Amino acid sequence: MITLKDVGVAFKGTQGTINAVEKVNLSIDKGDVYGIVGYSGAGKSTLVRTINLLQRPTKGSVWVNGQNMLALSPKELRNARKKVGMIFQHFNLMDSRTVAGNIAYPLRKSGLSKTAIKEKVVELLELVGLSDKYDAFPSQLSGGQKQRVAIARALANDPDVLLCDEATSALDPKTTLSILELLKELNKRLALTIVIITHEMQVVKEICNKVAVMENGHVVENGDVVSIFTQPKELITKEFINTATHIDQALDKILSHPTLLNLQENDTLANISYVGTNTSEPLISHLSSRFHIATNILYGNVEILQGTPVGNLLVVLSGDPVQKQKAFAYLESKNVSIDTLKNQSEKIVQFKQKIS
Amino acid sequence: MTQFLTRYFPNVIKIQEEVIESTFQTIYMVLVTAAVAGILGILLGVVLVVTSPNGILENKRIYNFLDQFVNIFRSLPFIIMMALIVPFTRLLVGTSIGTSAAIVPLVVGTTPFFARQIQNALLEVDEGIIEAAQAMGSTPLEIIFRVYLKEGLIPIIRVSSLTIINLIGLTAMAGAIGGGGLGNLAIARGYNRFQTDVTLVATVLILLLVFISQGIGNYLIRKISH
Repeated sequence: MITLKDVGVAFKGTQGTINAVEKVNLSIDKGDVYGIVGYSGAGKSTLVRTINLLQRPTKGSVWVNGQNMLALSPKELRNARKKVGMIFQHFNLMDSRTVAGNIAYPLRKSGLSKTAIKEKVVELLELVGLSDKYDAFPSQLSGGQKQRVAIARALANDPDVLLCDEATSALDPKTTLSILELLKELNKRLALTIVIITHEMQVVKEICNKVAVMENGHVVENGDVVSIFTQPKELITKEFINTATHIDQALDKILSHPTLLNLQENDTLANISYVGTNTSEPLISHLSSRFHIATNILYGNVEILQGTPVGNLLVVLSGDPVQKQKAFAYLESKNVSIDTLKNQSEKIVQFKQKIS
Repeated sequence: MTQFLTRYFPNVIKIQEEVIESTFQTIYMVLVTAAVAGILGILLGVVLVVTSPNGILENKRIYNFLDQFVNIFRSLPFIIMMALIVPFTRLLVGTSIGTSAAIVPLVVGTTPFFARQIQNALLEVDEGIIEAAQAMGSTPLEIIFRVYLKEGLIPIIRVSSLTIINLIGLTAMAGAIGGGGLGNLAIARGYNRFQTDVTLVATVLILLLVFISQGIGNYLIRKISH
């Protein structure tokens, strides 16, 4: 559906050239909900704009629907853009037009009659659940409603692709979820390919089936969501995943109250994570019965990614060091990975020594 | 009443018809100039916006030329410019004296000012909306007419009433080269002949025109904003 080959975008500034995007190769299939995550300035917005050529890449090529976008004439490009909808962080609705006027905007010159356009607008408003807002002005709508109007407008020309540039970043968590639900539904009902730019891993977790992680203009890691979430390779990917599973916040909370945690020298603070349903055995109780390891669970979290459960437990393991090694091996054999958080536990121990 | 007027406005009573004629001359100059400079200014302002760096039809050469052109003409003091373009005025209307002749320097003086105002008004249109329109496959002309001029309508009306008020001020100066109007009346009659009451009445009439322009502008803005 969308193929980016060696795409690079360089901006010539007064302080030399800035490579906002470099050597990006991505392939997005029909029906994908593809997430592109990265911190601000990573180049993700620039990258998504190369797909509809709002930003012309300085290197490489962009293919959408089998068309080489860079080879199109201005007129052909405009027609191609009608088949690539786009929504934005700040909605970008026209304040001087009603909701219906906004949605009808891209339908002029589409060959539809006035009544056909009106029917289409009504149909689109129904699709996004705002049938009663036909005559409202954008200024009378909430953020979530504005984004729904923007989605309806983006879908007016029946596009194959919807690009979402931080589409939920200006919305509160509850509204974000409802917009993501809508996008998920559109993806299923209309077989719409969706590309989502976001800095929130939560968003990716919620609806994407594939994800690319960007840093300094490069895509450092990409693949399907479950494997990226369970086997992240790059540090930045791990950071993003932790923000979504809240492990980092949980750790921070624990570390900011070290006195609450009765951590002894032989104790190990660890993050136990597992994927899928292969963990039907009562592992924690096995740790205690077989290896005499006491497990104190500090925090637990289970995510369902694309129908696959992914669990995380933040625990303190105490017991004989030799037994502990055995227990770790046992866990690994059950496809459960153990990440001992040495640095963090040392910090706590040091802190304890300081105050005692 | 008549007694009151003859007592405090003796000169005005004597030249009543001239006062009315001068008022209409001013209104005539303002309206014709506003129509011509309005079209030219919007045209120039739009071209400035779309050819500016990162504009939808970015063109450094055109932009720099027009930008400088506007700057130079805006920097010229109006009264000097009037004298300067006399040959041009003569070429266009055949004479350099009279109300119609005054319209030429008025247009030349107002257009660059208005163009800059329009440019600023259109820059108030959120760039994101322009980007959205581009993403929807709009042509540059569609973006100009259906987005810039529509979304920027409120600031356009605001700068238009500002420009008209400015223009009323310029018409007063046009009196200096025989353009007539209320400015001429206030200076040639009121000031030069020490007929202070004429100056006063001319001032009040000019202020009235200013308030009316402002009022119309505010009314239109209130009507289209929601």
